[in-house]
Amino acid sequence: MPKQLTRLIILFAILTGGLVSARHFLLPKTFGELGHYRAAAVTTIAARPIHYAGRDACSTCHADIFEIHARNKHQTVACEVCHGPAAAHVESPTDVELPKPNKRALCPMCHRYDPSRPTGFPQIDPQTHNPVKPCITCHNPHQPEPPHVPGECSACHGEIARTKAVSRHAGLDCTVCHATPVKHKVTPREVHPEKPRTRVFCASCHAKAAKSSAEIPRIDVDTHGGRYLCWQCHYPHQPEGA
Amino acid sequence: MEASLAEVLRQVTGYIYPNEVELHWSVLIVLYPYLTGLVAGAFILASLVRVFNVKEVQPTYRLSLLTALAFLIVAPLPLLAHLGHPERSFEMFLTPNVHSAMAMFGFVYAWYLTVVLLLEIWFDYRKDMILWSREESGLKRWLHKLLTLGVFDLDAQSLRFDRTAGRVITVIGIPSAFLLHGYVGFIFGSVKANPWWSSVLMPIVFLFSAIVSGIALMLLLYMFSTLLRSKALDMVCLDKLASFLFYALIVDFSLEMLDFIHRLYEAEESIRILGQLVASRLFVSLVVVQALMGTVIPLLILGIVSPALRGRSRGLVMLPDELRRLLYAGAATLIQIGIFSTRWNVVIGGQLFSKSLRGLTVYKMQLLGGEGLFVAGLLLLLPFVILMTLIWLLPPWPDQEAEVPAREIEPERQLQPEEAAAIASEA
Amino acid sequence: MNGETTRHDQPPTSAKSGQMWGTSGSTSRRQFLRTWSLAVPAMLLALRSKAVAIWFTGETPNYNAKEHRYGMGIDVDKCIGCGRCAEACKNENDVPREPFYFRTWVERYVITPGDTLVDSPNGGIDGFPPTTSEKGILRTFFVPKLCNHCEDPPCVQVCPVGATFSTEDGVVLVDQDYCVGCRYCVQACPYGARFVNPKTHTADKCTFCYHRLVKGLQPACVEVCPNGARIFGDIRQRSSPLARFQRMRKLHTLKPHLNTKPKVYYADLDEEVR
Repeated sequence: MPKQLTRLIILFAILTGGLVSARHFLLPKTFGELGHYRAAAVTTIAARPIHYAGRDACSTCHADIFEIHARNKHQTVACEVCHGPAAAHVESPTDVELPKPNKRALCPMCHRYDPSRPTGFPQIDPQTHNPVKPCITCHNPHQPEPPHVPGECSACHGEIARTKAVSRHAGLDCTVCHATPVKHKVTPREVHPEKPRTRVFCASCHAKAAKSSAEIPRIDVDTHGGRYLCWQCHYPHQPEGA
Repeated sequence: MEASLAEVLRQVTGYIYPNEVELHWSVLIVLYPYLTGLVAGAFILASLVRVFNVKEVQPTYRLSLLTALAFLIVAPLPLLAHLGHPERSFEMFLTPNVHSAMAMFGFVYAWYLTVVLLLEIWFDYRKDMILWSREESGLKRWLHKLLTLGVFDLDAQSLRFDRTAGRVITVIGIPSAFLLHGYVGFIFGSVKANPWWSSVLMPIVFLFSAIVSGIALMLLLYMFSTLLRSKALDMVCLDKLASFLFYALIVDFSLEMLDFIHRLYEAEESIRILGQLVASRLFVSLVVVQALMGTVIPLLILGIVSPALRGRSRGLVMLPDELRRLLYAGAATLIQIGIFSTRWNVVIGGQLFSKSLRGLTVYKMQLLGGEGLFVAGLLLLLPFVILMTLIWLLPPWPDQEAEVPAREIEPERQLQPEEAAAIASEA
Repeated sequence: MNGETTRHDQPPTSAKSGQMWGTSGSTSRRQFLRTWSLAVPAMLLALRSKAVAIWFTGETPNYNAKEHRYGMGIDVDKCIGCGRCAEACKNENDVPREPFYFRTWVERYVITPGDTLVDSPNGGIDGFPPTTSEKGILRTFFVPKLCNHCEDPPCVQVCPVGATFSTEDGVVLVDQDYCVGCRYCVQACPYGARFVNPKTHTADKCTFCYHRLVKGLQPACVEVCPNGARIFGDIRQRSSPLARFQRMRKLHTLKPHLNTKPKVYYADLDEEVR
């Protein structure tokens, strides 16, 4: 074997040996126990401090409010949404007090009108809905049902109302087409309004022979639209289209 | 840092995911494939001499090896500077994730540095170091003696072994060089989350642009070093370099065009935002610098002036030597800028559009700071400083190559009377 | 929260354990120069203090990760875009408040016949400004986004050192004491769920509030969602809100063609959502 080769092999052997022994000392102890990672990392992460106490934590001391809250419209809203992270308060209730939001800033975060919010979600325009007054003047946050049932459909169906208000059907009240039981204003998700289920309904204004205002567009009911109900093509809240 | 991010947020067009405001891979990560590309390219040029016996470019052989080493030493530095925790970087060798291209690259790099480049240089310079160390004094003598690893054999068998070992290493070295830079391409090409990067062509494109940049660099280095040493330029060598540069550039250009045409033809979902990206954010760096200045113009220059197309040392247009080499230098410089721009367009370009495919952001490069332009510039100069040191230590010039005295090569041979007399008079 | 809220969120017991190589908590970039010159002695020091620094502090001896596999359901049509989830996440996990770092955020989509506009101002934490024009809107809705804790996570695949990983209970976590900050995982995530924490200089992302899960609590975002748009659950549990969600709704995941197998399931996800 040429001398160069032996020297090189010795050099590589020293290097490799050095690296292998370095690895032995440097390799973290828990690496590889559960997978290709330090098992101790899971422990570190699991030990991080908690700031939100969770829904059940409040019921122990605030049972009365909790019970009312659990039966009303805000039952899906956790205490900590409005009162902030409460873990510290649970630990030392007398030292740490949680804020009671009583100005107008908080409620519109959820209830300000936004067309992107789902239909039926109660929304108001903060600028016109009892301006300046704090929301809690009329709405108990734990029992937020309004002092009286909404007068207008637009209270909860803002997007539909606003779309309709600038459309050809602006003059039509919602109840003209939607027969609405009174209970819908009290328990909206259990009792629903109705929708016209026949072509005859729309034809009462739009048929050629109908006795309605002259500017209402007319169609031949027998041939127009085949077997479809009218609203399966036309959007009644904005019948002229986008 | 926060102020610059706020500024970026203001300049976003369309929609980007909130976490995409911060551009994660900066100009340092542009520098890194640029440097490794030069390594691979310089080495492949050296291998043209050793394995494919292209005698014309022999004057650049040793210089290419030293250049490759200088750039390879600097290549990991931008990566280290960019890491959030450079002091933990050894973890990549400690607990490498075998599914991660980045982790495996550490080993490819280590393999290439030790088994290919250092060994090849060692075998090539071994006899020179022994002979030089005899005449020298001081630090240089010490270093040369150290580097011989205590082996002072100069007999024919040893020298033959050196040559064979060198050839074997070069043969292993060519696919290793392909792997070195192709791998960098794979690091980007395997990211399915990014449609600008995710492509089968990425490693190939990276490799060929590396070869282009490496040959162009060696052309420039050979020219400058020879002129600095006030020696005559070997025009045959330069013409050959220019020809190879032309061929490599043709392949590189074809690959880039293939990628472009393929994308346009398939027109899959990302085409809209990528089209906007190229038309707005990357227009200057891609269309003007990379394509026009960095590829088309050098192709024209080299195609017309070098013997690549016509052969037999004649370009399509015959020009006097001085003008020809000036044009070569110009083309090579444009190519360097163009290839740097290529890396920029890949790395930065891939981060300028949102993965939501709905928006574009901007890159605010810092001037100072750990990942700024200043550091990038320093890291770009450093290989040349290292190269100068290597040239001092291991001169690559053909006229300085030491020649082993005949009696050492064949120590068993009986001395001829006149040789014996000559040695006696020397003593 | 309104302006007068004061944050009383000093944790009663803060047990931070298992610090390994010594973290550099500084935000200054000059830190990089310092770490450079301290690299070798730091390694030697780490070597020496390794035995002391790494110890096992189990605070949840009753939690067995093998019994659980976590996922989340998102009911898109229930999201009202209030941003309470994004706010709670930042509170619970000490995420920097600047608008560049989010573990979870809410996007708003406004789809018109001509175009689709998407925005997420400060992740939705301060709510959304009014839409410019209501006329001509075809569909509009909010979509909460977060790390999908994929079954086949591309981020775990590319991490060079094993600093990000999938736990036995299906949560993808980042080891802040081992991550080198190369940012490859951030590039590899198709959903933009990852960021680099400016304080720790390591990768960071949603952990499904793992520190809450091991104590039987729900993630902070699920806790505070006022309308029940986020449904958290254990896929292994036969009866849970998530089980019902998976049974009754048609589910979608984000970017299914990338085959990451996300564990965040969206009901009523619009085709415009990316």
